[in-house]
Amino acid sequence: MYSSADLRKGLKIIIEGEPYLITWFEFSKPGKGQALYRTKMRNMITGIAIERTYRAGETFEPAQMDERKMQYLYREGSNYHFMDNKSYEQIVITEEALGDAKNYLKENMEVGILLFNDRAIGVDLPNFIDLKVIKTDPWLKGDTTGKDFKPAIVETGFEIRVPPYIEEGEWITIDTRTGDFSSRTKG
Amino acid sequence: MVKNGSLFRRRKALIKRATLLHAIRQFFNTRGYLEVETPHRIPAPAPESYIDAIPSGDWFLQTSPELCMKRLLAAGYAKIFQICRCWRQEEKGNLHLPEFTLLEWYRSDSDYRDLMEECEALVQSIAAGTGSGEYLSFRGQDIHLSSPWERLSVEEAFKRFSPISMGEALKNTRFDELMIQDIEPCLGREKPTFLYDYPAERGSLARLKKDDPTLAERFELYVGGLELANAFSELIDPEEQRKRFHSEEAYRRAMKKRPYPMPAKFLMELEDMPPSAGIALGVDRLVMVFLDAKTIDEVVTFTPEEL
Repeated sequence: MYSSADLRKGLKIIIEGEPYLITWFEFSKPGKGQALYRTKMRNMITGIAIERTYRAGETFEPAQMDERKMQYLYREGSNYHFMDNKSYEQIVITEEALGDAKNYLKENMEVGILLFNDRAIGVDLPNFIDLKVIKTDPWLKGDTTGKDFKPAIVETGFEIRVPPYIEEGEWITIDTRTGDFSSRTKG
Repeated sequence: MVKNGSLFRRRKALIKRATLLHAIRQFFNTRGYLEVETPHRIPAPAPESYIDAIPSGDWFLQTSPELCMKRLLAAGYAKIFQICRCWRQEEKGNLHLPEFTLLEWYRSDSDYRDLMEECEALVQSIAAGTGSGEYLSFRGQDIHLSSPWERLSVEEAFKRFSPISMGEALKNTRFDELMIQDIEPCLGREKPTFLYDYPAERGSLARLKKDDPTLAERFELYVGGLELANAFSELIDPEEQRKRFHSEEAYRRAMKKRPYPMPAKFLMELEDMPPSAGIALGVDRLVMVFLDAKTIDEVVTFTPEEL
């Protein structure tokens, strides 16, 4: 069990049976008053954000997550299908539960599926991922308008801002934590 | 490059901190205050419901030098100040460190209103002496330091900034929550604010107001929403003080906190203490304000995690 003093950003706890990720945390204590532990959290199943304030000495059940390697197969409407390559078991994760991860899923890609009470609630992606640019405006040599970035669409359909020298058909590395262009893929 | 880059980059903050400490000492020396040092390790902290001392053997690390400072007042030292380390268990956050630095000063034949004026003079003198001039840029606001600063009663602050009154907030035990979420962020934005006259139960060492004993003569100083100092007209009635300590200690024990012995010598000598006022100001937070720092970690040499 965690107590109020353990609360911090990134901690996963159970509230009313559902797993929450703490996305913001602040310890507050007005002079001579009691300690208050203020949090903002995201429900890891529904994606809904909530704010809660706790007092000293409260206890929290840790949200235990299991992770299983699975292969992304295909999307059907807002359902994303994954398969365990050993047992051939298939599961479905909804678009809401995937959150930003949906921007980086490529068919046949292997990802870590987060399981809570045997229920798939999200995927764990590598911090950096390589994707191919399928559409972007060509670089006009001598363009001195000073624009540092231009839009580009990668093979998953995700639109990202890239530097002007990136051309269609090139591979780029994206930071999945921020959704930002990181570099031109080497090699 | 040195291995500890983050410590290297704290140089500007540490130099500012040293400059402020020097300016504080200069201010009190020229006003005839005696700088004192009292022991950090004490047998009996003042029992307070929400402040927990860290045990040190059979004794405790001080949470504030308050009781020793008052024993000095009672023995005839009329104007004293101290800059010292204090420890409070489980206080860690953007504005809290379990080990931090307090400036406390006490003066006899004075009350909390005299300390408001002296607070203004202290911060103005530090600002002038360290080249900050007449205003501070903190948390995106320009805070003017010219006198007089804003004086706002707690009751009025609830009326102005909170959905419910101070009385209702106390009844619903939402006083602290509303103070933090709704009131504090609005205080000290254009000028520093003295928030004064707290509910009596929020000042176990403070004198009650003669014309309204439900209120204590206590104030807090806010700059840019940050609480910087806490002050009282001191309670000097030993019997009343003993009663309040017993009730705070009963709460502590009910909450299964480590029991404190009664501070017997302090209670015995309290009857010698003249009417006085005292104040504790967070030195780390003062440095934060002058540096426009976001967290207290930026203004100390080492945080506990860095040791």
